[in-house]
Amino acid sequence: MSQVLFFLAGLGAIAGAVGVVAFRNPFYTVLALVFHLISLAALFLLLLAQFVAAAQVVVYAGAVMVLYVFVVAYIGGQDEPLGAPGGTLKGAAMLFAGALFVELSIAILGSGLKAIDSRGAGVGSSYGTPQQIGQLFLTKFLFAFELASILLLVAAVGAVILARRRRGLEAEEEEAARRAIPAVRPAGTGTMAEGAGALAPLPLAPVPDEREEPIEPTPTGGW
Amino acid sequence: MNIGWYLAASALIFCIGAAGVLVRRNPLVVLLCLELMLNAGNLALVAFSRMHGNGDGQVFALIVMVVAACEVTIGLGLIVALYRRRLPIDVDELRELRG
Repeated sequence: MSQVLFFLAGLGAIAGAVGVVAFRNPFYTVLALVFHLISLAALFLLLLAQFVAAAQVVVYAGAVMVLYVFVVAYIGGQDEPLGAPGGTLKGAAMLFAGALFVELSIAILGSGLKAIDSRGAGVGSSYGTPQQIGQLFLTKFLFAFELASILLLVAAVGAVILARRRRGLEAEEEEAARRAIPAVRPAGTGTMAEGAGALAPLPLAPVPDEREEPIEPTPTGGW
Repeated sequence: MNIGWYLAASALIFCIGAAGVLVRRNPLVVLLCLELMLNAGNLALVAFSRMHGNGDGQVFALIVMVVAACEVTIGLGLIVALYRRRLPIDVDELRELRG
């Protein structure tokens, strides 16, 4: 049973990975990656890593992929042109990937690890549960845990700074609008302050100076 | 299943991801292929964790997920900034930093 599940999930993961590389439309690519991630979560479950599998589905397939889908929808999924230059480079890339796979396979086959041909060590029922992971995070790996939180914070701030809209002229326009407010109310029209005599009559409201030069269009974005 | 099979699947996924990073030109898809490579690493970490029977490898895998999430946020922020500046969304066209 576990063998059948392994081959189903493994084939799903590999098919999803091939789909990520092969689809031309970025939207289909993202969907292929979602399929790949869910298959990988099944593999994690076969390895008794329940919490990692749940985190994979919730964090990756849930949150991160939604971010991807939003960005694909925002920038529009342009298909890559088919007749792209660099065909020889593409062949070299495939050759490199094949060589990498051969090398990794040799490393796995020639590994001195005895347990690699076993089904793994015997584990208790608490293996891979949230309790075990949480205990490890708060005792043995506390520093990594805190560092991860700082990293997430820095990444969030960096993303906001990268993706914000640069406001150049908009502040100036707001200022002009504020200066225009007293201009529509000439002096001596009876504001409450004048009626109470607390203030001298307002001087003539300053007429907003005419703009000679037209406002240049703001370049949206930019560093 | 033996641990070696999981490692073989992990190696294959890693190589597919590496090929995708080298072949594709849309930076969005390049980021997705990076995700593939990180996930292959995760699979190997969890398999080794199962092999040794302690949970350290799973903690590593979770930390890798955190790092991947950060990488995605920054990468997508860069892509959105590129799009706002009307720059081409193509890693071959963006060669200003080439020496």
